[in-house]
Amino acid sequence: MGEVKVLGSWSSPYGLRVQWALGLKSVEYEYIDEDLLNKSQMLLKYNPVHKKIPVLVHNGKPIAESAVILEYIEETWPQQHPLLPKDPYERAMVRFWINFLDNKDKVAPFITFFIGVGEEHKKAVNEAKELLKLYEEQVLGEKKYFGGEEIGMLDLAMGWMAYFGVIEEIVDVKILDAETFPRLHAWIQNFRAHPVIKNNLPDHDRLLQNYTEKRQRFLAYSPHTENA
Amino acid sequence: MAGELVLLDFWPSPFGMRSRIALAEKGIPYEYREEDLRNKSDLLLQMNPVHKKIPVLIHNGKPVCESVIQVQYIDEVWHDKAPLIPSDPYQRAVARFWVDFIDKKIYELGSKIWKTKGEEQANAKKEFIECLKLLEGELGDKTYFGGESLGYVDVALVPFYSWFYAYEKCGDFSIEAECPKMIAWVKRCMQKESVAKSLPDQEKVYEFILHLKKVFGIE
Repeated sequence: MGEVKVLGSWSSPYGLRVQWALGLKSVEYEYIDEDLLNKSQMLLKYNPVHKKIPVLVHNGKPIAESAVILEYIEETWPQQHPLLPKDPYERAMVRFWINFLDNKDKVAPFITFFIGVGEEHKKAVNEAKELLKLYEEQVLGEKKYFGGEEIGMLDLAMGWMAYFGVIEEIVDVKILDAETFPRLHAWIQNFRAHPVIKNNLPDHDRLLQNYTEKRQRFLAYSPHTENA
Repeated sequence: MAGELVLLDFWPSPFGMRSRIALAEKGIPYEYREEDLRNKSDLLLQMNPVHKKIPVLIHNGKPVCESVIQVQYIDEVWHDKAPLIPSDPYQRAVARFWVDFIDKKIYELGSKIWKTKGEEQANAKKEFIECLKLLEGELGDKTYFGGESLGYVDVALVPFYSWFYAYEKCGDFSIEAECPKMIAWVKRCMQKESVAKSLPDQEKVYEFILHLKKVFGIE
């Protein structure tokens, strides 16, 4: 159904969402990895407003913003592996939660968990745990996936959790543990095991090395000092 | 299909206005309930426990929160009347992109214009105008963002017009002077009853902002 390109970044959960969606729908695409510190002319041409990945280019026409791209993929390839429920109310609920978890205030605690120190870090740990509790109890509940029996759009949006363990390894603090969050833990195992997801996860060792370096850079430039 | 429809709202909220316009465009009757945001009703807290914010659209007792999600929901349920979102997937993606842009930029920048002074305000004004110009570019020569009829982007953006006078007074600038195409588009939208009846008077909004400034101790 035409030429599909994805401009992404190897470790970005926003880019991976798009790749996972295309993979689940068996849509072939060309993947172009962007160096975010040295953005290509192509990226700047296809997303002049935000200059960010991911961008989906279908038959030469670009679409930016991962949530927008996911809706487009669902509408363009509706038959294979539907990502949204049919009922308008249930669709509204999926969109609500994607909108919620993508909100910068809801992402911030996890970022601060990664690069913060001291009091700021403690606060972030508590906020992150509260959010995880909400996702575990109210959003996932008893379901196998956020989408029910099959992976849906919300699972893809929650996909960052699938490799959050590496972040915990680097920070040396565990918050998404199996005892406190058994359902999320089970979800992670199921999600990671799915053939499309399994083949499209960032390499563990590369993540470990790359993100350790990243964290060290942030800490070096941070105005805070680590408590002794 | 209509069932019971209630909109929990607050008269100056541009987000509430979006749902008002969408429902009016489709001629759907509903009960409008004004919330006192300093004294939120039990119903609001029960229907939107996560954000505790308006607008909340309650359809047959089930709440839909977030204005862009409400407008999409309204369009999907009452799809045969005055469709707001284009039918072509690419056009839909373009519309969703610009609504996301509006949500990321316009409200926050507008808030900075009335809440701040000096360099912060100057920067906010500059960026605000840049965003409006980008939107003017997207509008092009079309009557509305939706083409010949009101669309998703029109519904998402036009409510902010009711705050323009407040922004202009607080920021001491003229939006029309900088973005005449935008104001021309606004005037076309205001010719529609659905829009005119959903937006409050600009002077009233300005008075409300002055009151808020007092309450927050902003100069």
